Amino acid sequence: MDRRVAEDLIDGRLSWPQLREILFHPKDPERFQVVMDILRERLGWEEPVLLPLAEHLYVVQKGSQRVVRCDCGFEFGDCRENWKTKARVLVRNDESLLRELYPQMMHSDPEWMELREFYCPGCFALLEVEAVPPGYPVMFDFEPDIDGFYEWLGLPLPSSISD
Amino acid sequence: MARAKGDVGGAPIGWDGKTVLAMLEESERLFQETGRYQGIDRLELKEGDHFRYERAFAKLRGALVAARETALHISASPIVRNIGELCFALYTPEGDSVAVSTGIMVHVHTMSEALKWMVRNNYERDPGIRPGDIFTNNDPDVGNVHTTDVHTMVPIFWEDELIGWASGVTHQVDIGANTPGHDPITPTSRFEDGFHLTCERIGENEQIRQDHRLRSQRQVRSPLYWDLDEKCRAAGAYLIRDAVHRFIAEEGIDYYKRFTREVVEEGRRIFMARVRERLLPGRYRAAAFVGIPWKEEAWQPKARKDFICHSPMEIVIGRDGDFFLTMEGASAPGFHAFNCAEGPMQGAIWVLLSQMLVYDGKVNDGSYLALRHYFPPGTWCNAQDPQLSYSTPWAFLIPAFTGLTRCLSRALFARGYREEVVSGYGFTGDAIQGGGTLAFNGEYWPAANFEISAVGLGASAVRDGLDWGYAMWNPESDQGDAELWELLEIGIPYLARRVKANTAGYGKYRGGSGWEALRLLVGNRDAELYMARADGLTFMGSGIFGGYPQATSYRLWSRGSEIMDRAAKGQPYPLGDDPDTEEFEQLVGGEVTRRATAMMMPEIFHDRDVLHYVLSGGPGCGDPLERSGQRVVDDINDGIFSERTARDVFGVVANRDEGQEKWTLDKEATDARRQEIRRLRAERSVPYEEFWQRERQLIEEGQLGEPVRGMLRESMGLSQAWAQEFRAFWKLPEGFQP
Repeated sequence: MDRRVAEDLIDGRLSWPQLREILFHPKDPERFQVVMDILRERLGWEEPVLLPLAEHLYVVQKGSQRVVRCDCGFEFGDCRENWKTKARVLVRNDESLLRELYPQMMHSDPEWMELREFYCPGCFALLEVEAVPPGYPVMFDFEPDIDGFYEWLGLPLPSSISD
Repeated sequence: MARAKGDVGGAPIGWDGKTVLAMLEESERLFQETGRYQGIDRLELKEGDHFRYERAFAKLRGALVAARETALHISASPIVRNIGELCFALYTPEGDSVAVSTGIMVHVHTMSEALKWMVRNNYERDPGIRPGDIFTNNDPDVGNVHTTDVHTMVPIFWEDELIGWASGVTHQVDIGANTPGHDPITPTSRFEDGFHLTCERIGENEQIRQDHRLRSQRQVRSPLYWDLDEKCRAAGAYLIRDAVHRFIAEEGIDYYKRFTREVVEEGRRIFMARVRERLLPGRYRAAAFVGIPWKEEAWQPKARKDFICHSPMEIVIGRDGDFFLTMEGASAPGFHAFNCAEGPMQGAIWVLLSQMLVYDGKVNDGSYLALRHYFPPGTWCNAQDPQLSYSTPWAFLIPAFTGLTRCLSRALFARGYREEVVSGYGFTGDAIQGGGTLAFNGEYWPAANFEISAVGLGASAVRDGLDWGYAMWNPESDQGDAELWELLEIGIPYLARRVKANTAGYGKYRGGSGWEALRLLVGNRDAELYMARADGLTFMGSGIFGGYPQATSYRLWSRGSEIMDRAAKGQPYPLGDDPDTEEFEQLVGGEVTRRATAMMMPEIFHDRDVLHYVLSGGPGCGDPLERSGQRVVDDINDGIFSERTARDVFGVVANRDEGQEKWTLDKEATDARRQEIRRLRAERSVPYEEFWQRERQLIEEGQLGEPVRGMLRESMGLSQAWAQEFRAFWKLPEGFQP
């Protein structure tokens, strides 16, 4: 994929006809590299970025540790642990908090289900919303096998400058 | 007299003098031993003449699509004829799908299960499998979703050998369950699910037997639709059989046999390659919940219970590309209509993967063979009890598989394939079901609306979800014209259909919007109506990356409305409902009922009553504060979001330009509002540790509501692993019960 098109894709600037072309065609195997080059340049971090984990969140090689970091710079710690445990949390577990978002009767009954909003403590971006019954364990959504993934790609793992 | 092949006790009809059962056992052994379909090492036909191979696949695929497009015109049911709720597939003698038509593809694998059930039960020996035989199945415990999906299966012979099966499925308007409709919600056991046909031979010599026709037409409330749907399936299957015979005449039987093997193995390899191409090794987790508030409402005493169905999902992708999906910890089955057999769960994996990963590959049972799954026996998703009710497994299955879309989307996002991300989909819950009797001629009309085929799709990571145009179980979804539904549901014409504001899940990219309809009862002796949507007290699934789940549904109707009097005076009536205002109450009048529960048990309605319903939107993706302000304003102008939602959820302030009758963006006020919301987030949120302590306290002190406690106890009782994980997460002592 052309770098310019990839930038527009990341920024949500592609029109439906352009997206349709991309969806209809076989996937470009170099996409990960093209997207990572753009993201690394935009983030401008000294440490190598290994993987985009979610909107705003990246796995970064920091010395010998792999950490989850928000694009604002806030660090959530080791990527083997759930980043949510370092987030700020708002639980919408009563009628008034749910009614801030949804019209009457168009939201869950808080006794049956609550909304948990996980924010970045650095920039207060909303990173994930869980819709779960009260008392349900916090979901560890994604634990990527980064070494295995780079093996799949046939690429060397970017090493930390401080290594 | 000598016995012919396929007759009871006759010579084997499988290949090379084997029985079909021996072929199936050998196929499974070879797969176990080699990990490859039929132990195929090299795709010799593909490698030898690539063009011939691809042309061969196109011929079969084309024949299946043509059979579907032709046969559906035999049906009279709008569900089949206009919405396209049918599908055809070609199978190997053992029951593995080779190629499929368009349509309700979720059934391609369930029919495979039914065929294998027949082979395993040695139908070849008794009742026999002969040229010209017609078999039918709709038994959910054998290989089906629910009784209203009816399969017709026709064996294809070449000379003395069974070389495959042509099968078709249609979705019935009614199946003679304890209430009218196609997704009944009141059954609590098999004996209320309606007419069952458990892989029965219903025809010989290419003719449907008269005894079957007479019996089946007496078993359902809409015999005309039943009869023509059955003819539609049989005609389609014979079109496929004839196409296969032409294929063999052109390509030769040896080529056909080898080809049907290779193409399934290729389907498996394509799936494996797609996993490496688009996903990442690692562990992915999601969960979905459905709350059923039936303590007061259920008809049968044993069904009177408030409960939550728990559908956890974990996917582990190994470095070797192994794809393993488990629902360890799922809730128990029960005395309700939402139990599910394993076959439909496999079918659901298959239908979603064929939309998300292998939509341009060889879509067949190869994809099914390429992954491993575990649906715990004795849970709602693999109930293993033929006496349970399986009338409407969709109520739990549809929410459960939103987990699959979110899990795969995390991988697609990480790989840079952001255009493929999908945060989930809307709840294809029934708009209206049941039926009534016309006053002037006593004729019965069924309500079996398939507008549900057009709900909102979840957002991707680069664009909004498709508005009112998606159904997870049929990639070719269609809302259907209101006028068409009125031909079927003649006693309940439409007053209005319109976009339902605030049903699209909020996010940087919003989910596809849902919509709403108003119906008026006219000219009836009586009518019994209900709705099966199940996301009233619980959201269906979640959004992703900070996106919110779409709004839940609710019930609204008026008895003895004043709408006819108002119409006579030329006064306006509403085109929908805003639950935050009383417009409906004021403009419709009568005795208005509003309920937060989405499901509606059968209710008797009369002329002049007005019924409202909501079709779901899809979930969102990303933080709503990052959505372009102009896009939010466009949404207000399009009726997707209200001005209040724009301001309070998206932080977008819009001003009304009365001259142009449009909303415009107030950029400065929007910047300030977004700052204010970020400040509120900082003020009102707590550190994770504090949140964790508060939630733990609820559990420890027994403050959780009974449906939640019941759900947790049930999952812990069914799965030691889930119980351990739960206790470990909350640091609760061994043996603790919520």
